[in-house]
Amino acid sequence: MKHLWRLLPFTFILLLAGCGKQNLSALDPQGPVSEIQFSLIMLSLYIMIFVIVVVFVIYVLVLIRFRDRPEHTHIPKQVHGNKALEVIWTTIPIVLLLILAVPNVMQTFTLADTEPTDADMVVRVHAHQFWWEFEYPDYDIVAGQEMYIPTNTKIILELEASDVIHSFWVPALAGKQDNVPGIMNPMWIEAPNEGVYMGKCTELCGPAHWQMDFKVIAVDPDTFETWAANMVEGPQDVADTGNELAVEGRAVFEQSCISCHAVAGEGGNPQGGPDLTNFGERIVAAGYLEFNDDNIEAFIRDPQRYKPGNAMQAFPNMSQDEMDALIEYLHTLKVLE
Amino acid sequence: MADHTIDHNTLPPNPEKATLEGRNKFMGFWFFLGGETVLFASLFGTYLGLRGGTVDGPGPSELFHLPFVFLMTMILLTSSLTSVFAIISMKRGNYKGLLAWMTVTVLLGVAFLGLEIYEFVEYVDHGLGFTTSAFGSAFYTLVGTHGAHVAFGIAWITTLIIRYRKSGLTLTNAPKFYTAVLYWHFIDVVWVFIFSIVYLMGIGG
Amino acid sequence: MSYAKAQSKSTLWDWLTTVDHKKIGIMYLVAGAFFFALGGLEAILMRIQLMFPEFTFLPAQTFNELLTMHGTTMIFLAAMPLLFGLMNYIIPLQIGARDVAFPFLNSLGFWLFLFGGILLNISWFVGGAPDAGWTAYVPLSSESPGTGIDYYVLGLQVSGAGTLIGGINFLVTIINMRAPGMSMMRMPLFTWSSFVASILILFAFPALTIGLLLLMLERVFDATYFNVGMGGNVIIWQHLFWIFGHPEVYILILPAFGIFSEVIPTFAKKRLFGYSAMVFATLIIGFLGFMVWAHHMFTVGMGPVANSIFAVATMAIAVPTGIKIFNWLLTLWGGRIRFTTANLFALAFIPSFVMGGVTGVMLATSAANYQFHDTYFVVAHFHYVIIGGVVLGLFAGAYYWWPRIFGYKLDEKLGKIFFWLFLIGFHLTFFVQHFLGLIGMPRRVASYLDGQGLNAMNLISTIGAFLMAVAFIIFVVSIFTSRNNKVTEEDPWGDGRTLEWTIPTPTPEYNFAQTPLVRDVDALWYEKYEGDGKMKAAEPLGDIHMPNGSILPIVISLGLFIASFGFIYHHAGFTWLAVVGLAITFGAMFVRSIKEDHGYHIPVDEITNNKGGE
Repeated sequence: MKHLWRLLPFTFILLLAGCGKQNLSALDPQGPVSEIQFSLIMLSLYIMIFVIVVVFVIYVLVLIRFRDRPEHTHIPKQVHGNKALEVIWTTIPIVLLLILAVPNVMQTFTLADTEPTDADMVVRVHAHQFWWEFEYPDYDIVAGQEMYIPTNTKIILELEASDVIHSFWVPALAGKQDNVPGIMNPMWIEAPNEGVYMGKCTELCGPAHWQMDFKVIAVDPDTFETWAANMVEGPQDVADTGNELAVEGRAVFEQSCISCHAVAGEGGNPQGGPDLTNFGERIVAAGYLEFNDDNIEAFIRDPQRYKPGNAMQAFPNMSQDEMDALIEYLHTLKVLE
Repeated sequence: MADHTIDHNTLPPNPEKATLEGRNKFMGFWFFLGGETVLFASLFGTYLGLRGGTVDGPGPSELFHLPFVFLMTMILLTSSLTSVFAIISMKRGNYKGLLAWMTVTVLLGVAFLGLEIYEFVEYVDHGLGFTTSAFGSAFYTLVGTHGAHVAFGIAWITTLIIRYRKSGLTLTNAPKFYTAVLYWHFIDVVWVFIFSIVYLMGIGG
Repeated sequence: MSYAKAQSKSTLWDWLTTVDHKKIGIMYLVAGAFFFALGGLEAILMRIQLMFPEFTFLPAQTFNELLTMHGTTMIFLAAMPLLFGLMNYIIPLQIGARDVAFPFLNSLGFWLFLFGGILLNISWFVGGAPDAGWTAYVPLSSESPGTGIDYYVLGLQVSGAGTLIGGINFLVTIINMRAPGMSMMRMPLFTWSSFVASILILFAFPALTIGLLLLMLERVFDATYFNVGMGGNVIIWQHLFWIFGHPEVYILILPAFGIFSEVIPTFAKKRLFGYSAMVFATLIIGFLGFMVWAHHMFTVGMGPVANSIFAVATMAIAVPTGIKIFNWLLTLWGGRIRFTTANLFALAFIPSFVMGGVTGVMLATSAANYQFHDTYFVVAHFHYVIIGGVVLGLFAGAYYWWPRIFGYKLDEKLGKIFFWLFLIGFHLTFFVQHFLGLIGMPRRVASYLDGQGLNAMNLISTIGAFLMAVAFIIFVVSIFTSRNNKVTEEDPWGDGRTLEWTIPTPTPEYNFAQTPLVRDVDALWYEKYEGDGKMKAAEPLGDIHMPNGSILPIVISLGLFIASFGFIYHHAGFTWLAVVGLAITFGAMFVRSIKEDHGYHIPVDEITNNKGGE
């Protein structure tokens, strides 16, 4: 399966992400960080299964052998204790714990190795109620909801939060770290394989906590460079495409949307919503809804219904023509084609 | 147990611990002070975490006036000493001495509290309100909680003095005076920590 | 007040003013059971919402309120009071005392808890319950709109004060009130573990008190501890909360351990194996319980050094816990095990708790914790230790001590149906949650998406929850249907080992007509097999001094209850209510302080009559 991924063109990956491999499980690690964590999970699990088996065997034996029977009349010997046994069941657990503790301490330090070198890429992850913003300081890019990264590159993530505490978790690539207001928390991830990896917020952050999903999209380094360059450049100008509807849609966007949502560095504000430069290439809408026109329209008309507590203004009375034009325009916001 | 207004000659040497109730009260109060220690430790921890958070407001070095705080410290330490004299009087069966020294202790406590209120008013005048900055909130919470403890101690001891002004020493009131003095020592010790950690470190560190 | 006069007062007044540790214990049990049912209902509502993906049974906001109230209720208003109920009733009996050290404060502790619990739950009816989780992490809690969090803060502050008072009371009772001959190393394990739990209460709760105070000042009086823009820091709350919160879980589990250490020897007819090792392990667990709080915070960015230290310290707790498990197993070894309902619960505890314990060690593995943290794996873990430990302990203790407390035995047949349904339901609910967490389901989510492989296990989990609910209903029914199984003997199980089984049933008001003389661990068992089967008396028969009842504990608690509304509605101009309430509280304290109360005596005739009527 892993090898298959490398053969697939990028667009197929996007297509498959909707229905195929979820890349959501911590038990199916897809990168060095999650592999370290998976190996510790398995080590601890094996030790613990050993402990459980020992206890269960003694337990079952005791219950069968020493259950009271009608013919029993003796008073059991009132044993006080046994020094040798006490020593045994103190020492063996200590040894077992050391077997777990030593690699754990080593790996805890490995995972904390977040000092960026020249070969690494830094992404600042800003968490908001209830969406994610990815800033690439080396490229001067800000992206919303979906984090593109090059494969086989160590990515240093600098986690921050703008309102309450959130937590950044992409189980298939790495365990979580918290996005804490006022504090920058570093972590690192690396994805050897191209693919779409599901991410979730894991710290209770309000009513739409469960919908605060995001994606990490690993692409080959060349594709990533193209993506980055086009994110700066912006999508193709709709006026050049002859798509009249989209041009109308851009007018609607510039009237109603751009003060909160930036496209190619224009518009937006610090209290605003996600950057929409590559909205047309989103895998899902609003972080979790299937990406189709109906959902986009429904969300624009009543955002509270889909993500209660979010900050977006509702547009319940936008005319159908304007809405259609706007959605047409949003579909043109692509940087990879 | 019903009636034990005993004259001095027949009171046991440690009247505060002579009855089971007295011993319970004594031990329970020690445990209470153990809990209070964690309470203040939590406040100290919070203060240490936030003392740099002055934002635009004034910080410790601009506000604290060491000689003034030193005077407050001396007053409170002296009140601890006078409360010791009160207990010595109690052990000697000198009830009048007990009441007199307790009264002095209360007066010193009132003086301390007055100075603390004056100090707070000064700081507010210099721009440090409770909501000015995290430092302001943490400072007033820590020192104010201590001040509230002093105020409670004053009210408590005053109540005891008035309630038992004519009763003489009994097996009932001896533990009460004793625990009140224990409490008073405790808030005194807490102040020593406040003086070191808030004021000395605030100016020096 | 004379004894006769005390008798003539109405029953209601008697219960409202009682300072009798047995009545207070029963009130704790009743109130705790009520809140347990309430917390269970909240859990069922949540499980219905999570039964199917993207289900719309509950709005997300309501779900967040339910998850907050479920956790808060179960910890503070159900598990702790139920344990306090058993501790209150049983500890004085186990140590051969006529009462606790501070009967008045004991009553005050109960009423504070009850008023705090009521206060917290009023939030449901006035604009919404707290919604930031039982951990109430700032800034989500400090900036949460509405008054839900204010009710959380003040409700817990009031009931927490009650808990602290209760803890001090138990400590002094256990140290000062033991019968002659009962040295510390002859105390029953339930008393020992309650003693250690009380130490933990004493040193852990003040951290919560301060945390709640800061949160209240932040919300009500605009302080800025947690306001990053004003120089504040949001991690301080987490430290304060967990310095309290981690010992809290040991406060819950240690008394449950104590219950198992009573039930298992009784129904195995065998002395507890390794008594001193058990005591030592309890002390070590209590001590380490204070050293590991930050393992709840591995992902907040404390750095690898702190994470490693807290990881190793946490793992160390497995050692004394393992010692206890093996000592229980060896207690059973060579015994004659009777499968009463009480013992079934105790026996089911061993494997259930081991499963919860090992996931605890897995969670302590800091580098792997980054995957487990805040997922359903954690939810599974702490329900395994709290239900598999504390709740099974409470049921074991309830069945075991029921005849002592209520004078009748719970029906064994219904009891066994209840036990099996509950146990199966419990494992069904929570076992699958381990895997839900590992395959990507965060905790505290109001729903989950279809097509992510989470559907089947969530459905199973909900079915298990229903089984537990049905089981609990059977238990409640059996309480009423078993009332004719009257017990009159002192030792209804026949194998009682400790002092609570040496006195008449129902328990006399003064517990012991004569203070017993204790000659060994398991004092009654010793007299049964080394003596003549009866306790030796340590004192001649005589009048017994008892404390008077008082209404003041309710008044003090009511004052704080009223004052809380003043704080909650401070912004709406109700601050005067806080002044009124505090005036009531301090006024009542003042009355208590200046009014000497010498109690009353039960005359010796009355006691001999009672003895004769055995």
